[in-house]
Amino acid sequence: MATLGKKYKREISAAAALGVLLVVVAIVAPSFFAPGNLRDLVINNVPTLLIAIGMTLVILVGQIDISVGSQFVVCSVAAGFLAKTGMPMPLVLVSVMLIGGVMGGLNGILIGRLGLPSIIVTLAMLVMWRDALRWITEGAWVQGLPNNFQWFGLGQGSGEIVVVLIAFILFAAFAWSLRNLVLGRNIYAVGSDTEAARLAGINSPGVVFWVFVIMGGLVGIASLLNAVRFTAIPGNLGVGLELKAIAAVVVGGSAITGGRGTLIGTLIGVALLGSIGTALTFVGINPFWEKAIQGAIILAALVSDVALGRLEKHGRSDLTGTSPA
Amino acid sequence: MEQASLLKAANITKSYAGVHALRDASLELRAGEVHALVGENGAGKSTLIKALTGAVIPDSGEISLDGVKITENSPSISKSLGIAAIYQQPALFPELTVAENIALGHEGKGTFFGIVNWARRKQRAKELLDRIGARIGPDQTAAELSMPQQQLVEIARALGANARVLILDEPTASLSEEDTRNLFRVVRELRASGVGMIYISHRLEELPAIADRVTVLRDGETLGTHEMSDVSSKQLIQFMVGRELSGVFPKRTVERGDVVFELRGFGSSEAGIRGIDLTLHTGEIVGVAGLVGAGRTELAKTIFGLVAPDAGVMLLRGKPITIGHPCEAIDLHISYLPEDRRRHGVVLDLPISSNITLASLKKLSGLTGMNLIKEKEIATEYTRRLGIKTPAIYNAVSTLSGGNQQKVALSRWLVTQPAVLILDEPTQGVDVGSKAEIHDLMMELAEQGVAILMISSEMPELLGMCDRIAVMNNGTIEKVFKRTDATQDLILSAALGH
Repeated sequence: MATLGKKYKREISAAAALGVLLVVVAIVAPSFFAPGNLRDLVINNVPTLLIAIGMTLVILVGQIDISVGSQFVVCSVAAGFLAKTGMPMPLVLVSVMLIGGVMGGLNGILIGRLGLPSIIVTLAMLVMWRDALRWITEGAWVQGLPNNFQWFGLGQGSGEIVVVLIAFILFAAFAWSLRNLVLGRNIYAVGSDTEAARLAGINSPGVVFWVFVIMGGLVGIASLLNAVRFTAIPGNLGVGLELKAIAAVVVGGSAITGGRGTLIGTLIGVALLGSIGTALTFVGINPFWEKAIQGAIILAALVSDVALGRLEKHGRSDLTGTSPA
Repeated sequence: MEQASLLKAANITKSYAGVHALRDASLELRAGEVHALVGENGAGKSTLIKALTGAVIPDSGEISLDGVKITENSPSISKSLGIAAIYQQPALFPELTVAENIALGHEGKGTFFGIVNWARRKQRAKELLDRIGARIGPDQTAAELSMPQQQLVEIARALGANARVLILDEPTASLSEEDTRNLFRVVRELRASGVGMIYISHRLEELPAIADRVTVLRDGETLGTHEMSDVSSKQLIQFMVGRELSGVFPKRTVERGDVVFELRGFGSSEAGIRGIDLTLHTGEIVGVAGLVGAGRTELAKTIFGLVAPDAGVMLLRGKPITIGHPCEAIDLHISYLPEDRRRHGVVLDLPISSNITLASLKKLSGLTGMNLIKEKEIATEYTRRLGIKTPAIYNAVSTLSGGNQQKVALSRWLVTQPAVLILDEPTQGVDVGSKAEIHDLMMELAEQGVAILMISSEMPELLGMCDRIAVMNNGTIEKVFKRTDATQDLILSAALGH
């Protein structure tokens, strides 16, 4: 369908890039597709995906959150301590979600209600949470976790399935909500034009607030799904996570200025950026190139976005004109 | 003695999307003259000024300075030729000092590699300010100055750029009497030194005191130039509105129902409106006339909950109501179509369908999320009913023409089933066909019992569509005319506060 292709052209070009990568790898190093490797790849990228889902909402509503990496380490360490008190794992999951939600809510109040710039607020939070944690734990790892912590006490096989299942359910729920819930519609409207949304009776500050709360909650869940893979929790997790998430969202075709983007695009973005590193190893290129190539992909996404935007403008007949002042 | 002409604009025509903003407009300014330019909202004053300053390139016509034709124009070219414009809202950089503001843009020549000579810069600012008798320190920042002081700094800046033509756009609109007298003194001194000034004002009563000649603009055409001493302000008003009332409006008489909405002593100091008394009956169309800045849009915004009122009461079907946010207004079935369609009326990037339902999402939403089938039905229904021309309801609104965008904006409010519908310039910048369709729709809504409050700057539209016309001036309702009593002269006189 021509219109569908037109509507999702940014997602399609990201998918095409991923396709090219996979084809090249399939030819040069087919062992990349060994089930074990693919499984590791998926599990490794689950936390990034969850945070990128939240970041998609934040970017759609016209904001940015660079504090997610610090929220992530706070939630991870908190999850470890809570589990050590003997709290059942499902309750730990709910607790870290709430902790993340509160940290996100704080961002939301400052940005949504008080109207402060999100880049500065979340920059402050990025420094504040991480250093507060360092001050409290003195950088120590959380060790001696109870037996039911790793893989929820289910063993690796079943544990991995649970992790992937949770991620899949969340992804589907958010993709559905963005389309079918009023909040989802409001996110697009506020991100496109805050003032026009306000005049249509939408509570824009409230929408921004809840998006940041959701972002924090997702960080909480992501931190636990990451932590259960190991026997100890390092005190320096999550550094650079915000860049990974933002990059995936942008590569997936969302407009950094808000109002345009889809979660399918973000999923493709996570898959593309997440598989590059491993793919390089398999193809035999020095993995030191990973970051440079990721950077190049982000730039390519931005450039093609501008190019596609231009094409759109030329294709559109401009009947509107401007009214005389 | 006939003086030589300094600046001459001959037969300037400019149209936007087929609508003439200026048609064969001509203006001649002499050196050492204050030349008043008057006209209604949208008569073309701003466009003419923009043509002179190079901000707009006319479709045809000629502008010449000292008899030399300006073949290529742009804001920087006109500035270098000595044409400067000063607008109602001063455009200084608030964080910079007076001396820096004055030096901006015409410094750099004759300096050593662009290195700022602070002493010289300050000295020059002081000289220029002294020349117009302004006691303002060159080291003060612009933000510290009052509005009239900022205006004087702008004049000094223009003089610093050796301006020979000075355009003053409603300079006294928000000045006190004393500040006005002071400004007039400066204007007279400049006139004596040979500067030609174009003076735009809605305060007709002040023109005899300051202007030498006056040119009237109406619907983009200049209606000749008169010696100021030859015309009274009454005559000027007649020139400004003396058009033949043409155009057919689909006005039908609707039985006026009960009072549905009422304002008593309503006001908001934040919005600059006060003492508003107004009633709206079901099936009635009430117009709101007034000049730009009279407080019409501010009134609409205050009713709709975008600005907090602080005086009087608002009654809906006899019961007092308060509205703190637009969503509360929507719940009460009060709707507002904002003035600036592209920026406020629609969300350009969103599909037509989402735009139409944007103010009614709650109604479309149940336990299982939004009813997307219902949304499609509603969008399809209104697209058909209002004749929105589009291949698909999921296309972005930005792909539509202005008239169709406005119909989308209107649809959004019709979906909320308003009892009171406030329309702010509903047909501005809309093509003739869509305009007629919007008027038809208004009539249809009135027949269904909707009470409509229509803000408009277009006199024929007000006279053609409204049952009553409330004229605003200076933040309050000056007069309310019945349809049968209203004339263009009376409305403009009331709008001007006469």
